[in-house]
Amino acid sequence: MSLHYVTPEPVPDMVQLLTPEGQRVDNPEFEWTFTDDEIRGLYRDLAIVRRIDVEAMALQRQGELGIWASCLGQEAAQIGSGRALSPNDMAFPTYRETGVAWCRGIDPLDLTAAWRGLNYGGWDPIEKKFNLYTIVIGSQTLHAVGYAMGVQKDHADDAVIAYFGDGASSQGDVNEAFIFAASYDAPVVFFCQNNQYAISEPFSRQSRVPLYHRAEGFGFRGIRVDGNDVLACLAVTRYALEECRTGNGPVLVEAYTYRMSAHTSNDDPTRYRLAAEVEEWTLRDPIERVKAYLVRNGHVTQSFFDEIDAEGNEIATRLRAGTLAMEPPALEEMFDWAYAEQTDLLTKQRKDFVDYKASFVSEEA
Amino acid sequence: MGENITLGRALNIGLRRAMEDDPKVLLMGEDIGKLGGVFRVTDGLQKDFGEDRVIDTPLAESGIIGTAVGLAIRGYRPVCEIQFDGFVFPAYDQIVTQVAKMHQRTRGKVKMPIVIRIPYGGGIGAVEHHSESPEAYFAHTPGLKVVSPSNPQDAFWMIQQAIACDDPIVFFEPKRRYHDKAEVDTSAPLSAAPQHLFSATVAHSGTDATLLCYGPMVKTCVTAAAAAKEEGRSLEVVDLRTLSPLDMAPIIASTRKTGRVIVVHEAQGSLGMGAELAARITEECFYDLEAPVLRVTGFDTPYPPSRFEEDYLPDLDRVLDGVDRAFGF
Repeated sequence: MSLHYVTPEPVPDMVQLLTPEGQRVDNPEFEWTFTDDEIRGLYRDLAIVRRIDVEAMALQRQGELGIWASCLGQEAAQIGSGRALSPNDMAFPTYRETGVAWCRGIDPLDLTAAWRGLNYGGWDPIEKKFNLYTIVIGSQTLHAVGYAMGVQKDHADDAVIAYFGDGASSQGDVNEAFIFAASYDAPVVFFCQNNQYAISEPFSRQSRVPLYHRAEGFGFRGIRVDGNDVLACLAVTRYALEECRTGNGPVLVEAYTYRMSAHTSNDDPTRYRLAAEVEEWTLRDPIERVKAYLVRNGHVTQSFFDEIDAEGNEIATRLRAGTLAMEPPALEEMFDWAYAEQTDLLTKQRKDFVDYKASFVSEEA
Repeated sequence: MGENITLGRALNIGLRRAMEDDPKVLLMGEDIGKLGGVFRVTDGLQKDFGEDRVIDTPLAESGIIGTAVGLAIRGYRPVCEIQFDGFVFPAYDQIVTQVAKMHQRTRGKVKMPIVIRIPYGGGIGAVEHHSESPEAYFAHTPGLKVVSPSNPQDAFWMIQQAIACDDPIVFFEPKRRYHDKAEVDTSAPLSAAPQHLFSATVAHSGTDATLLCYGPMVKTCVTAAAAAKEEGRSLEVVDLRTLSPLDMAPIIASTRKTGRVIVVHEAQGSLGMGAELAARITEECFYDLEAPVLRVTGFDTPYPPSRFEEDYLPDLDRVLDGVDRAFGF
């Protein structure tokens, strides 16, 4: 069996505002509206999210997390789309959205707690406007559409964004989500991070056509954006969300990117892809191109990068210490949240098990 | 003061009342608007509440339930209609991995007040996939609650209680009883509901043996009890009403009274509700039993073509035969 090779060559109709070399590109539809401050802010987001990701991966390798799903290489798609959201917009992530979580103000410790096996995500999805991670592939796209239907019924102008991957595009739920969204004109942006692989299966196993072409078949607009270009991702997602707010949604955005790391820490990508492919995509690193732009245009000094590195290290230190200090939840919690209205059976099982565990303690004492 | 209405009509009035009581209640499903549902349970509701609240959906069961999850996250209370029992399986994933788990996953921060209405069971001469009893699949899923009314009075109250409940509920409607009639006081407020949603009831009092049943089999069992009385046997019929959680107190009380229990349901016997009931009763009432808990059920085959269904479905004779077996120990 030959190993796979995905060309990083940009396709002609891919929206790009910043080349891999950090040079500005003008696009007739998506204007360059960015201030230097904004670009510096995006750089900070990208660099810190990568630092969090690296630290979490290290924690996993040291046995502190059961598993970690790295977003290495996908930071621009996540920060670009995440920073396009307004405070009231609701996001429905899959399970790799460290960057989007960062944009929504989720404490990275809430992410490591889940991957450490303490809970399924500690944040309040309603308050943070960021749903808990969804592990079953593509399920959340329907939740996003339903939520968007609710937004319509409330006559609100919130928009909704559903994250999913190229593999999920094969799922029935994602296709049903497209149909429901189109049928009701639901204000939802389908944001697909096409990172080229569904674990080991290349995108060619999922589709004969570019993903964004599919939208047309469902009756709405699809746009392919350079997923390693944070500015393009931001501009295109802003446009798509605005389409939703003005009643023209839904929109499918295909962020064409690459998963630089393994699917999760359990995966071994050397079994299914060539090292040369990874090397070639490394040249398209989403952070380096923003750095090159900032350096070339003289908007920053070295101290800017040093300060962000220091901030990233501080966050990583806190993440490490906090993760190591996490206490397991109370035993009873397992029984307490299955239902809104507790059942007699669970009340009994809970009591019996607590008593059973306590019997060991008393023997020791 | 009541009116004599069918079970289907009782559900219709119950749904109407729930929609009047709470503007967040929505109905969604295939053909539920203009057509009023294939069994006309939602008849006239779209006309009165509009397309925004009585939502005709695309033909996609997973889509119906998956979007209901999102609507619930947004604060709505969706009532989903699955057209027939055998069509629920495309939505099975959303029901068991999302609807059932969301409260646990979010530690109560997100509630899933979703009702999934499923017309179920046989006896109407339908084609394949239109007569099944899939209740055990759902009752086996933590996070879901599963109920089934057996008569118009319960249909009227239980649908309203289910909609008001903050837990997700799979609501199995006995489709061959849709046309059964009874007096129902449809003017009383929900607060006057005669009993808790998750409670069993004695449908027919007796002293010699207990028939445990629910949904479509309650009528069959009450008929069997009347026939047994003529032969000098006094059968108690317990209508479970709630399959998950099970209301064990009346079941245990009846078992202690009669010492003999026969579980009757349409679904295949192996690994189903009957198995659970037999195990629970054996654990809790071992020394009260005069005979093992027996089951009278559908066979362990796929639901047969309708020409066979009279033989497949437990009827009065098979129920009484089960009672005879219980007395043979």
